[in-house]
Amino acid sequence: MEREMDAELRFHLEAFTEDLVRGGMARQEALRRARLEFGGIERAKEECREARAVDFIDGLLQDLRFGLRMLGKTPGFTAVATLTLALGIGANTAVFSVVNSVLLKPLNYPKAEELVALHQVAPGAAGLADFENGLLLSPSMYFTYAEQNHTFQSLGVWVTGTANVTGVAEPEQVRTVEVSDGVLQTLSVPPEIGRWLSPADQVPGGPERVMLSYGYWQRRFGGDRSAVGRNLTVDSRPRQIVGVLPPGFRLVDAEFDVIVPLAFDRGKLILAGFGYQGIARMNPGVTLAEADADLTRMLPIWMDSWSNGPGSDPHVYEAWRITPKIRPLKREVLGNVSDVLWVVMGTIGLVMLIACANVANLLLVKGEARQQEMAVRAALGAGRGRIVRGLLVESLMLGLMGGTLGVAFANSGVRLLLAMGPANLPRLSEISLDARALGFIVLLSLVSGLLFGLFPALKYSGSRPSLNLGSAGRSLSSSRESHRARSVLAVGQVAMALMLLVSAGLMIRTFRALRRVEPGFTDAEHLQVLRISIPDSLVNEPERVTRIQNEIVQNLAAVPGVRSAGFISKMPMEGFDAPWDAIYARDKVYSDGAIPPLRLFKYASPDFFRTAGTRIVAGRGLTWAEVYGLRPVVMVSENLAREMWGTPSAAIGKQLTEFRSMPWYEVIGVVEDVRENGVQEKPPETVYWPSLMDKLYGPGNQLGAVRTVTFVIRSERAGTEGFLNEMRQAVWSVNSSLPLASVRTMQEVYDRSVARTSFTLVMLGIAGAMALVLGIIGIYGVISYSVSQRRREFGIRVALGARPGNVLKMVLRQGAKMAVAGVVVGFGGAFALTRLMTSLLFGVAARDPATFVAVPVLLILVALLACYLPARRAMKVDPIVALRYE
Amino acid sequence: MDKKQMELLQGTLDMLILKAVSLGPLHGYGILLRIQQISRDRLEIQQGSLYPALYRLEHQGWIASEWGESENKRKAKYYRLTAAGRRKLQTEAEKWNRMAEVIAGILQSTPEEV
Repeated sequence: MEREMDAELRFHLEAFTEDLVRGGMARQEALRRARLEFGGIERAKEECREARAVDFIDGLLQDLRFGLRMLGKTPGFTAVATLTLALGIGANTAVFSVVNSVLLKPLNYPKAEELVALHQVAPGAAGLADFENGLLLSPSMYFTYAEQNHTFQSLGVWVTGTANVTGVAEPEQVRTVEVSDGVLQTLSVPPEIGRWLSPADQVPGGPERVMLSYGYWQRRFGGDRSAVGRNLTVDSRPRQIVGVLPPGFRLVDAEFDVIVPLAFDRGKLILAGFGYQGIARMNPGVTLAEADADLTRMLPIWMDSWSNGPGSDPHVYEAWRITPKIRPLKREVLGNVSDVLWVVMGTIGLVMLIACANVANLLLVKGEARQQEMAVRAALGAGRGRIVRGLLVESLMLGLMGGTLGVAFANSGVRLLLAMGPANLPRLSEISLDARALGFIVLLSLVSGLLFGLFPALKYSGSRPSLNLGSAGRSLSSSRESHRARSVLAVGQVAMALMLLVSAGLMIRTFRALRRVEPGFTDAEHLQVLRISIPDSLVNEPERVTRIQNEIVQNLAAVPGVRSAGFISKMPMEGFDAPWDAIYARDKVYSDGAIPPLRLFKYASPDFFRTAGTRIVAGRGLTWAEVYGLRPVVMVSENLAREMWGTPSAAIGKQLTEFRSMPWYEVIGVVEDVRENGVQEKPPETVYWPSLMDKLYGPGNQLGAVRTVTFVIRSERAGTEGFLNEMRQAVWSVNSSLPLASVRTMQEVYDRSVARTSFTLVMLGIAGAMALVLGIIGIYGVISYSVSQRRREFGIRVALGARPGNVLKMVLRQGAKMAVAGVVVGFGGAFALTRLMTSLLFGVAARDPATFVAVPVLLILVALLACYLPARRAMKVDPIVALRYE
Repeated sequence: MDKKQMELLQGTLDMLILKAVSLGPLHGYGILLRIQQISRDRLEIQQGSLYPALYRLEHQGWIASEWGESENKRKAKYYRLTAAGRRKLQTEAEKWNRMAEVIAGILQSTPEEV
């Protein structure tokens, strides 16, 4: 444009000059004169440009009006295209808003980028596979780290738990977070009212104080500001409320009702006690590596400053090779959910591409019908750019219409995701359709509009007027080129559908593999679980605690419809940590200084294994007489028995102990392995102790009973409301101030533990189904259109003696070719995509041959089915009609 | 060209261009020459304002352009009147004539007539 203008003005000046020269003027003088008379050339150019800019905007408006008219003229096409796009855009935006809220936005704390989780690993500690999740901090470690570090502004440890709140109405079990000094300071979120827990509140034996969550404050005190300063009876002890945290505040990923100070007694701490999560706020400018180095430097100081009791070697932990691996707090909160979300985002993005391909295909078909219009426009002097722009404006409008409708879909999509997303999805409450998500919609609409619009626009704008004015009315055969374009799109769709279906197939196989795993309990639907805690402030004597638990079991077992009942310190998959330690067998030799492999410790009642359906593979179970008689008997898991003594039966009669001053406990039974941390995790080697023991939790303790246990009840009535009431009565007839917490069936516990897998499965299933449908529509569209274009050809063939069967085969072959090409291309993509999914798979390889064979076969069959309808139409073409058609 | 020239009245350039090209396709310089020729050099046309006017008229659809060859075998952009332009020229000319008549009538009026 600019060049044309220059050329035009130059021509003017030159012609003028020549005229002057012809009139007798010297060339040099003529040139000067011409310039002078013309006036400001640059100004003229500028004015020309302005005239043209007006032209551009005007043209755009014209295009918009024209586009709207064209879209209105083909309401069917417009509706289908808009709906397809709206679905794609809606689904993508819904998933994006989850990704945005969960993965992209910073955590809800001031300067969240400084926050870290004090994660550490101990590759040298044998046993207990659980250390993959990190070695937690011990209280003594906390003191060393807090006092000796050079890289943190503040640092603290915390642990979740439960407590009984009594005194008003029904007793209630609340979720607690116990925090050391430094935790609230690290998170830096000011209280809604009142104040934080202060260092003075962390003094053991001092006044006991608590903070409340906003939700609990609302629920329990109706948001009354005078609650601060009042007392709350927590675990039968009055504690003063000093403050309330703001709404939405979570302690890392923990939701809680009450914050309780840990109040460590410094004088009694030992090296061990690795049970606390550490968080810290780094000094500005400190890197993770520097902070790691700082902790590494302090580990020897820690070992020198504390001990595990007289005569123990504090440097045994050197063998554990404790290695700090500090992580950004955000990563800690998100865990491995980011894998799931990115895979879901990727697959839903593919669906969008397929949707775009479909719309592009529709546009191509429509473009075919508009060849004549394009030719007329070109003949009337419209430049190629102008025609491309017109077509693009049309498709961008389509995209925006899809986007507008997509907002509604996205909105319900987000709600759907929230409803079916894994309940343990972190930051679930923060998910919403925000400005960024809306920006995403606009961007996606425009990009997709360009994507599906550019292809047909470039294709048809190049039409030669002379060619098409003459021939557009006829469709002897559709131009080879445009048909190829549509076939390429259909092949792409099949390829993407294959990728998604293979992923979905792998998830189905994963889910089935998970279902096949024996978790270590049976018939989870009819297994009721609930947790009851008996604090020492309520019942002090350990034996009395066990007797109360025993009575509760008897009362529960007497409820109509109950087959048996029992209790254990922790059911599998309950989502919190069980204690662990090393054990020594009497018939083995141990070198001094080394800590043997660590084992999970659980404490089970007689009847527990029968109730839960955990098979006893050798020996026998425990009796109440043995419990009360403090008989040194113990049970172990099958994998522990095999590891130590070769076979389960060889373990019977063997003796083991936890530490020197503890008597030898005789193994009386071996039970099947239990998938403690979820069905996809390896079952840990486990020791099942009686729940009432001398020196329960260590050498320094006397007789102790496990005070917080999960009761399990086997009944057909599990989970019903009436049953729940009867159980409550059964418990309260023993002691009326015992709250029942976490009342669930084992099925719910199980479902929750596989929630991530089922969520991924459902999402991939939806994406796969959408892809399949869109892909099939794509193939159907191409074949169907090509059949309608080739009616004449088929008519001639039939007239020349081709049998209908031949025509059918011809059309099917065309479809099969596209499907096979799509499958071949899709194979490569599927290989790449499924590799990314490895961490989500279980019991099936990322390149599972069965899936990689079954899905393509299925896809080709469905594609052939989609071709069958148009093929039948082709077969039935009446030669006379077809020939007369044109 | 050093004869006494009149400055062009506001808004009349467009009409003159339309008139000039109504007699046959012309390039920009040709239009300038044609107007000067018809007016017998009595009108002064700002050459710099000619081209923006051409672009504007083309955009409005009253003239159309096409690259062609000039008398001395050079590439030049030729403008011609479109059908819409012809109608426009006609209405503009009528309007102008009526206006000129009215103004002339006013200016010629004597005190008795008022």
